[in-house]
Amino acid sequence: MAFRFDSVPAVRSSLADVHYLSDEGIAGVVYLADRLQKPILVEGPAGTGKTQLAKSVAEMTGSRLIRLQCYEGLDESKALYEWNYKKQLLRIQTERNTGAGNEQADGTWKELSDDIFSDEFLLTRPLLEAIRAPDPVVLLIDEVDRVEVETEALLLEILSDYQVSIPELGTIAATQIPMVFLTSNNTRELSEALKRRCLFLHIDYPDLDREKEIVLTKVEGVSEHLADQIARIVRSIRTIELKKSPSVSETLDWARTLVLLGIETIDAQQATETLHILLKYKTDIAKATKELATAGAK
Amino acid sequence: MIDLLAGFIQELRRAGLPVSLTEDLDAMEAIKHVPLEDREAFKYALAATLVKSAAHWKAFETVFEVYFSMRGREYAIGDAEVDGELQELMDQLQPGGADEGGTGADGGGAMEALTAEELADMLYRAMLHADEAMMRAVARQAVKRFAGMEPGRPVGGTYYLYRTLRNLDLDGVVERMMESAREQAGGELTPLEERLERDEAEIRSTQIKQEVEAEIRRRLVADRGVDAMARTLRKPLPEDVDFMHASREEMTNLKKALQPLTRKLAVRLARKRRHGRKGSLDFRSTVRHSLSYGGVPAEPKFKYPRPAKPEIFVVADISGSVAAFARFTLQLVYAISGQFSKVRAFVFIDGLDEVTSFFEGEEDINQAVHRVNTEADVVWVDGHSDYGHALEVFRERYGHDVGPRTTVLLLGDARNNYHASQSWIVKELRHKARHVYWLNPEPRSYWDTGDSIVGEYATHCDGVYECRNLRQLERFVEVLA
Repeated sequence: MAFRFDSVPAVRSSLADVHYLSDEGIAGVVYLADRLQKPILVEGPAGTGKTQLAKSVAEMTGSRLIRLQCYEGLDESKALYEWNYKKQLLRIQTERNTGAGNEQADGTWKELSDDIFSDEFLLTRPLLEAIRAPDPVVLLIDEVDRVEVETEALLLEILSDYQVSIPELGTIAATQIPMVFLTSNNTRELSEALKRRCLFLHIDYPDLDREKEIVLTKVEGVSEHLADQIARIVRSIRTIELKKSPSVSETLDWARTLVLLGIETIDAQQATETLHILLKYKTDIAKATKELATAGAK
Repeated sequence: MIDLLAGFIQELRRAGLPVSLTEDLDAMEAIKHVPLEDREAFKYALAATLVKSAAHWKAFETVFEVYFSMRGREYAIGDAEVDGELQELMDQLQPGGADEGGTGADGGGAMEALTAEELADMLYRAMLHADEAMMRAVARQAVKRFAGMEPGRPVGGTYYLYRTLRNLDLDGVVERMMESAREQAGGELTPLEERLERDEAEIRSTQIKQEVEAEIRRRLVADRGVDAMARTLRKPLPEDVDFMHASREEMTNLKKALQPLTRKLAVRLARKRRHGRKGSLDFRSTVRHSLSYGGVPAEPKFKYPRPAKPEIFVVADISGSVAAFARFTLQLVYAISGQFSKVRAFVFIDGLDEVTSFFEGEEDINQAVHRVNTEADVVWVDGHSDYGHALEVFRERYGHDVGPRTTVLLLGDARNNYHASQSWIVKELRHKARHVYWLNPEPRSYWDTGDSIVGEYATHCDGVYECRNLRQLERFVEVLA
């Protein structure tokens, strides 16, 4: 089995090539996931690049990204596979029409049932598709915490053995081991069984230098000085107790706004005027405005 | 290596992390793939396989530090090396740092020759340039010099930490950094700039503190051995911290843990409400869906039931020791108030006051709790808990609001200072209300000892629960909704 990556630094630099700035932890876990052939469970606050990580890994390895967006009420027929009832009905109908008056109607029953439970009538859904894909794929199971605990069990077979069992067809094993990412916003505790099968990666808000780098790579026309200031102000705001701390994507939005406005050095007034891009609650904005106006002396 | 890892995992389990056998095996497998001399990579490999919750990260880190603290060249413990290292760094600095004047100018002099002022200056410069290697070296030197650690002395790490930090005067250094920033800006800083600079300085000072702590820990491990150290450092996970005996640091962690917990709870409750109960047949929907099966109603559809939401009255003792518990419960109940049709809060010591209005229209629960503590009129005579009188007042003023849909939560340790219990009021409440629950933050073994009369009230309640930590509180709230 050929591995995708040679070493942790290699992962890191190739991620940087596709404009995803990782840190030691992220790169390390991605590397390990490849070596151990295990899925990665990515957890962390919203907007820190959990989904983006999967996309970037797909881009980096040149794989196809197959995405399963989880939601309440997701079931087998939407995640794994489904029989195409309508087509099966049609098939039976045609059989009846052409074979009307045929003496051997009994003998064809077995044939027919074999026929309608074959590949042709199988609708593949993301999980099965990822397993059956002949080309390299990255499977992203997004917001896995949104499904019910019972539905989680659906994932277990595919996560540990990379196979799917279909009663009528038997077990379909993976032609190649896909890289699997599961993301979670931590709205509920995931089951032990699921966690046990995954490597765990917690992505938190980036530190000052990394955030600055992210702003520099992702936002066009931003100067080093401005990026530095943005990163510092955002860090400062994150220390305040807020309902929702600004995420990386909001930082990027803010940076773009400032660039568009042609601001080179942020002063307090400009900062407060554009705060609504960074913060989404009225009370948060009021609080941050007040905090930024004071010097922060203890 | 296997022995070491096995010990490490044992210790993790003792610290309360659920590490299963498969995870254990995964960890073994994982470390085969990372270069052992790369400490960070090694750490992340272990973390990814063993720690499956962000809340447990800190516990993991502590244990990791203890177990793998002395393995690595740059962490060698010899004092001579500590000096040599700093000397080397200073020599590197010399060409650029000459204008700072005099610091360690005689390149050959040992670190011992440095005066305290010179060390302080080094610290200042290290922090100003955010030079990590230098900061580490200074921290180690400081520990060596100021902590006064002696082998076999039965003193906790905090004592050494205190001694070292007192001598380093980090606040002073922060001030100096601020001044230099002001100078650089050529005069006054705007409040915003001032704040940003201060943040930066504070963060570096925290870094120094962490370095000092790590160094002290390293030395303690060297002195006492890994197992003994791991035992002293073992701390309960945030969800297991006792409300009544939480230290200030633990309190902050608790607060942090509370927020994701309430969110989880709210989601879970909302889901529980919608699912798990079958409603009556939804005829319209069934017919509509039957169209895709040629008019055969193959897939019956059901209506979602909408059960009535309970009404909650929280009556909380906020005197002294149980105050923290009351605060957490109030916070939790209000955070999920969407799950209840109405929430009313009452607080008492020996008098009783309604504080519902503090929470309404206030988006920030912390603020509301603060107002409860400062503004509520809860003292009647002497400010010592009097459950009997508080209940009387409750019955008199609000008793008629309690109806068959109300659930009453009584919070407190029921330490009544030998006043009359008036437990008949609880009995009466139980007749009127749907449920009456009592939550007691004391360990069960303390109940009904001394002036605690929880047993007397318990006979009239639908349930009495021990609620000493977040885990128990969470479990109770789930029962409630």
